[in-house]
Amino acid sequence: MQKFNTLKSIPAYLPIVNIDTDMIIPKQFLKTIKRTGLGKNLFFEMRYDENGKEIKDFTLNNEPFKNSKILIAGNNFGCGSSREHAPWALLDFGITCVISSSYADIFYSNCFKNGILPIILREEKIKEISEYSNRKEEISVDLNKQKIVYGNNEIKFDIDPFKKKCLLEGLDDIALSLEKSKQIDFFERRLKEKKPWIFND
Amino acid sequence: MPTTLYDKIWNDHLVDQQNDGTSLLFVDRHLIHEVTSPQAFEGLRNSNRKVRHPNLTLAVVDHNIPTTDRSKGIDDEDSRIQIETLDKNCKEFNIQLFGVHDKRQGIVHIVGPEQGFTQPGTVIVCGDSHTATHGAFGSLAFGIGTSEVEHVLATQTLVQKKAKNFRVNVNGKLAIGVTSKDVVLQIIGKIGTAGGTGYVIEYAGSLISDLSVENRMTICNMTIEGGARAGLIQPDQKIFDYLKDRPMSPKNENWDKALKYWKTLKTDSDAKFDKEINLIAEDIVPMVTWGTSPQDVAPIDGKVPNPKDESDIDRRNSIDRSLKYMGLEPDIALKDIKIDTVFIGSCTNGRIEDLREAAQILKNKKKAAHVHAMVVPGSGLVKEQAEQEGLDKIFINSGFEWREPGCSMCLAMNADKLKPEERCASTSNRNFEGRQGRGGRTHLVSPGMAAAAAIAGSLDDVRKYQN
Repeated sequence: MQKFNTLKSIPAYLPIVNIDTDMIIPKQFLKTIKRTGLGKNLFFEMRYDENGKEIKDFTLNNEPFKNSKILIAGNNFGCGSSREHAPWALLDFGITCVISSSYADIFYSNCFKNGILPIILREEKIKEISEYSNRKEEISVDLNKQKIVYGNNEIKFDIDPFKKKCLLEGLDDIALSLEKSKQIDFFERRLKEKKPWIFND
Repeated sequence: MPTTLYDKIWNDHLVDQQNDGTSLLFVDRHLIHEVTSPQAFEGLRNSNRKVRHPNLTLAVVDHNIPTTDRSKGIDDEDSRIQIETLDKNCKEFNIQLFGVHDKRQGIVHIVGPEQGFTQPGTVIVCGDSHTATHGAFGSLAFGIGTSEVEHVLATQTLVQKKAKNFRVNVNGKLAIGVTSKDVVLQIIGKIGTAGGTGYVIEYAGSLISDLSVENRMTICNMTIEGGARAGLIQPDQKIFDYLKDRPMSPKNENWDKALKYWKTLKTDSDAKFDKEINLIAEDIVPMVTWGTSPQDVAPIDGKVPNPKDESDIDRRNSIDRSLKYMGLEPDIALKDIKIDTVFIGSCTNGRIEDLREAAQILKNKKKAAHVHAMVVPGSGLVKEQAEQEGLDKIFINSGFEWREPGCSMCLAMNADKLKPEERCASTSNRNFEGRQGRGGRTHLVSPGMAAAAAIAGSLDDVRKYQN
């Protein structure tokens, strides 16, 4: 997994609440057996018309937001389907940081498996930072220091220390869990005694 | 310390816990399907990892599969490749698969309970957000992403942090024509689509105990639409009777041991919940959604809301956007909304009791001429059972199409989809923009309400059509 450290970008702003993962990446693109290549279809139905032409007034179709690495959005971002294709599509488009006042649980957890930092800020701070999108000015994110710098201002954000460490070091979850094989073995031995029906043997 | 059912299942599955609360949780049952698993298997191969317990994972094709005649293969190349990939992966890693031609094939959340794979007190996961369905059996069941699918395959565990406890109490009795779908839509309308974020919901109260096992599944199924990853119900005799002698249920002395354990699965009477709400069943009427989020719900005799009446600006914009997408004027009566399509099926309402409920309304009646209507049974076994009861004939005589099992128009990954601006009364779970097809307009309803809409040709009150 790609490490996340610091990031500087003009943020793109989508002032819509409850952006669901169907909006982020519609089902027709879930037929892939790969993780890559989904970026061109990110926000497909808002981004392209019925003939596949770019819709001019959609933010991500315009400079400089075509190259935004940071997306600011309304609350409950990523609700609905568990599809990890949603963070894959964001990542493939180039977005590695999302800022919202809240996220759906599954999407939030999926971000961390893909080197994407989802930042939670209060509504009024979101409005404040989104001004930098309107003004097309860069903001910067520093994960280690847990802060966003915009203009002469900065704001701290909270993040789970373990999730932070995994992002900073680009750690592979599975490798970490496999280091606990002994505990898993022990748990399973006890389980077989306590609940023999689980393994059905 | 008194604990909740969720606390008990959680504690019973802890393999390891770090000081910050990050926990490694054992997974007893893992369900996979063709859409969210290929990248997980690819990950295993790339890192040379094995599946730790192939017999604790069950695979089924459902999302992508056509619901028309499948004997001649699958036309859509991408769908075919995905289905073949699941087949190949299951062979390579020795996982049991209910494939295209297996009678037991169906929607993963219908197949799990039907086979007895779903059991009380277990941790059940699947790369699908509607995994909460299995919580109806008193299991901790929730949806995961593909990276987590890979994690479960490799380690039979999952890295999690504990959620908070939320109890929804529903007491009383439902009026005729009101179903568990209306109950859950009412709950979502009340708590909002993010109301359950960070929580696990326990459904309790006299109404919940009175509900059948299948009706409980409908409620747990839509828990995610209220933001909570998992929703569960204390298992009782109905659950144990349901599971007895299912193909994958415990047998002989294992059954006795399991049953003894299952009977201990309950929230302590003095357990504390972080959040709690109460609903009275008698207050619930048939519900229908008018917008593009499952929280956009109103009683069938109500009206489409007016954004002008909303003081919160984000909410006002959101209603405005929904109404534009849905092609609806504010303040019109919901019963005046004409529909083009009716879809009965999905993991929410594709079980035998759902089909019986719809057939009961449709018996000796015809759908409106302009309506295209289809029934997609939740599994091959549901289909077979319905045919034995003659339900297929009732549907066909009413003018419905009787299809093969799968997810179908609930998410429209296969050929079953709405055209732009087409309006559908659907028994599925999501009315998101584009969910049932680009530009398609979804109104979520119960199976009985879907049947009533098919007859009327517009949204209508099922209570008028009781046979």
